[in-house]
Amino acid sequence: MRKVFVPLLAVAGFIFMTAPIMIAQAPYESTMGLVQKIFYFHMPPAMLMLLSAIFCGVISAIYLIRKRPVYDWIAYAAAELTVLYGALAMVTGPLWARKAWGVWWIWDARLTMSLLLWMVFVSYLLLRRYGGPGSETLAAGLALFGMATSPFVYLSVNIWRTIHPLTSVVPTLPVDFAFPLWYAFTGFLLLYIALMTLRVRIEEQRALVDQLYLESEE
Amino acid sequence: MKKLLLIVLLLANTLLVAQEPQSEFVPVKEVPASEQLPSAPLVITAYAFVWLAFAVYAWTMWRKLGKVEQELGALSAQISKPRTPRGDGGTRP
Amino acid sequence: MSAFWRVVWIVARKDLAIEARSRELINTTVFFALSCVIVFSVSFVGEGGDGRALGDAAAGILWIAIAFSGTLALGRTFERERYGDTLRALLLAPGARPAVYVGKLVGVVGLLLATEIIVVPLVALLFQARLFDHALLLAALLVFGTVGFSCVGTLFAAMLGRARSRDVLLPILLYPVTIPVMIAGVRGTAALLQAPPQLDMARLWIMLLLSFDVVFLTLSLWTFESVMTE
Repeated sequence: MRKVFVPLLAVAGFIFMTAPIMIAQAPYESTMGLVQKIFYFHMPPAMLMLLSAIFCGVISAIYLIRKRPVYDWIAYAAAELTVLYGALAMVTGPLWARKAWGVWWIWDARLTMSLLLWMVFVSYLLLRRYGGPGSETLAAGLALFGMATSPFVYLSVNIWRTIHPLTSVVPTLPVDFAFPLWYAFTGFLLLYIALMTLRVRIEEQRALVDQLYLESEE
Repeated sequence: MKKLLLIVLLLANTLLVAQEPQSEFVPVKEVPASEQLPSAPLVITAYAFVWLAFAVYAWTMWRKLGKVEQELGALSAQISKPRTPRGDGGTRP
Repeated sequence: MSAFWRVVWIVARKDLAIEARSRELINTTVFFALSCVIVFSVSFVGEGGDGRALGDAAAGILWIAIAFSGTLALGRTFERERYGDTLRALLLAPGARPAVYVGKLVGVVGLLLATEIIVVPLVALLFQARLFDHALLLAALLVFGTVGFSCVGTLFAAMLGRARSRDVLLPILLYPVTIPVMIAGVRGTAALLQAPPQLDMARLWIMLLLSFDVVFLTLSLWTFESVMTE
């Protein structure tokens, strides 16, 4: 796993270095002007946060069924990365919103669902950290429930109110906007994978250490 | 039976979704010049935050890995040494 | 199938019997809910003659009181088990584990509904909220909402059984997951309190609560087995 990390990091790093050039060359959006450029660094983390959350939920379910430690390590790493990418989205989003909408935050369906999902995974991390022994299975159950509740959050807030840009914006993006976006997205994705390999390796080594402690006490 | 109920209710859900109110996204236009925020600080802050967050996270993780591997190395070395009987049951370092 | 319900009944009856004798949980939960409502009413009731509260405060406060007192009740329901180490005994018993879960759930829901019977009139009184105009719809909101909140809560409280920091971890884990119940409950109750009352909206929220209940009850029954390994 270590072998994969460095090349991934290098490629991701390269993409991040060159992305601003591409982003700067992309045309200005007609109504939002410069501030729309935040979009290229806002949308990928936001989408990856959701994907990561789903991934964590699925891996947690598999862990509950199979009970192999490696699934637990991956779930833990995925949860951490969900929180990280979520934080990125939640900071860049309001910075964009302040200019584009005039307010820092609104309680619409998409934002509320993302915020709640993020909070579920923060509580996942708190549980893993402070819950003591046996919190792996609890946390797996939590991840599962977090996933299950997200559609309900989305639906209930949708019924209540909505203002976020419609999902149809992305598929219909003109190529001048689309290219820098997907370039940046690739960078974020590769970095996600790189960080995950690093994080899983840490858990793997920790498990080994615990095992050695047990053996050394015999 | 439970599954049937679940399916029925999920279908009912989709009916709900079909009826819910949709509203258009209306961007803020023609804000008077005095109210307009300069965009550049916002954009710069956004990008800086992303880079910083990644750097901090990656660096923290790298250090943790280093520590764990160090501990692993020390433990392995300790185990492969000839063992002396420990009357007190031993203690963790 | 009947073995399942028999275990459910045994577990629920045990809790009921203990409760009937001491009435500890019901007394303390009801009084806590009342204190919540009163504290909030002091914060939210406006100045002026008729003492009307801001906006949908009555609906919000009702459901917050339910959530808070529910969390405490959940914690203490399982505290009792931990005290006598009866949870482990229950799980070792030849009944299906999901039956134990349902038995505890019945107890918790019963306790919360009993609390609501007392709290709802108080809220109606303090906020001059005409909650009983559409009593049936209100009852549906309360029942389905309470069941949804409790089924997730009972699972989490059981899971946290012997974890460290379980007292504070329960609300931390529970509240984000049960937000849809809160939204639906508050908006539904608020819809009933509008002038004129929006009965269709209220019915919509009731449907949402019902589907939440079905999904999460099913999910809890599926996961209870694998999560309660100790």
